[in-house]
Amino acid sequence: MRKPLTEAERARQGRNIAIALGLVVFVILVFVVTILRLGGSVVDRPI
Amino acid sequence: MATPATLDRPIAPARWQDFLQLMKPRVMSLVVFTALTGLVCANRPIHPVLAGIAILCIAVGAGASASLNMWFDADIDAKMRRTRGRPVPAGRVQGSDALALGVILSLFSTMLLGMTVNWLAAGLLAFTIFFYAVVYTMWLKRSTPQNIVIGGLAGALPPVIGWASASGSVPFNAWLLCAIIFMWTPPHFWALSLYTSEDYEKAGVPMMPVSAGPASTRRQIWIYSLLFTPLCLVPAFTGLGGPGYLAVAALGGLVFLILAWRVYRSRAGDAPDPRQDDGLYDVKLAARDARNLFAFSILYLTLIFAALLAEHLLGVHPLSLLRPN
Repeated sequence: MRKPLTEAERARQGRNIAIALGLVVFVILVFVVTILRLGGSVVDRPI
Repeated sequence: MATPATLDRPIAPARWQDFLQLMKPRVMSLVVFTALTGLVCANRPIHPVLAGIAILCIAVGAGASASLNMWFDADIDAKMRRTRGRPVPAGRVQGSDALALGVILSLFSTMLLGMTVNWLAAGLLAFTIFFYAVVYTMWLKRSTPQNIVIGGLAGALPPVIGWASASGSVPFNAWLLCAIIFMWTPPHFWALSLYTSEDYEKAGVPMMPVSAGPASTRRQIWIYSLLFTPLCLVPAFTGLGGPGYLAVAALGGLVFLILAWRVYRSRAGDAPDPRQDDGLYDVKLAARDARNLFAFSILYLTLIFAALLAEHLLGVHPLSLLRPN
């Protein structure tokens, strides 16, 4: 059986989820801005 | 500064909500609103996603400077009833964590705004954060009763940043929005400090009622109100506001002046006179006048900015009374 989380562990879990969500939002923002600024054709160029 | 050992030792585990509280979300919402008004009033085409990112960066920048403020002011926050429950003085967040959050978010918000929108807006945002965290918090707040007058510039700049985000420039009308918030700050803040001056005195912060006394503060509130309310009418003459704006600014300005006059004539902030039986009652009644002005000042600023925002979104033609055809 899983041990119930202590208050400190619950708080840390909440902080971790908040940081993860912040990072995901940041990555999405950078991706969207790249497409907006450089245009969708940025992925068509030869590698 | 947060030097006492107790402030660096958390007594309860920090939740993510505590870090959000460090960013003063209520102040952030006002910053978002005024910045959005500036961005829309610029009347320049900007991609909605880029507009959203600009507003997000300005909001995060405001949150970053608030976090730096909470780190530096933890010692005086702990002495004041109004602020002792904040995360750092309450011991839920370490001072060093508040500092780290403020620095990281300052860098992220400024860099992201510069790389995605433009560097003029980013430069203005960086200056605003610096002005609030360093010039106001670390220097002016503890050294002069003019602290909130000069420091008010930090709160007045968001519409300019919003305008710069949309247009890449900051014309006269952008600075006019800045001037309105700048002149609004003293009567707004001094009305609050008239009935919270005990707190500031305890913390050793030289707010105007503590340094110059309540009578001088009431007089200065009245003088600033006499300057502020006509200034709010100016956008109707510079091609920024339309008839709806003029009506809201004029009617609201009249109410503002009446409330400021009542504060001027009141005994708000005075110590009760022990020789008079009803002295305490008079002072409490006067505190109500100060509370009324404080509350209405928030409503008035919100209304005039909302009027501008609505007119520009609906395409209402500005009055342009003084502009050549």
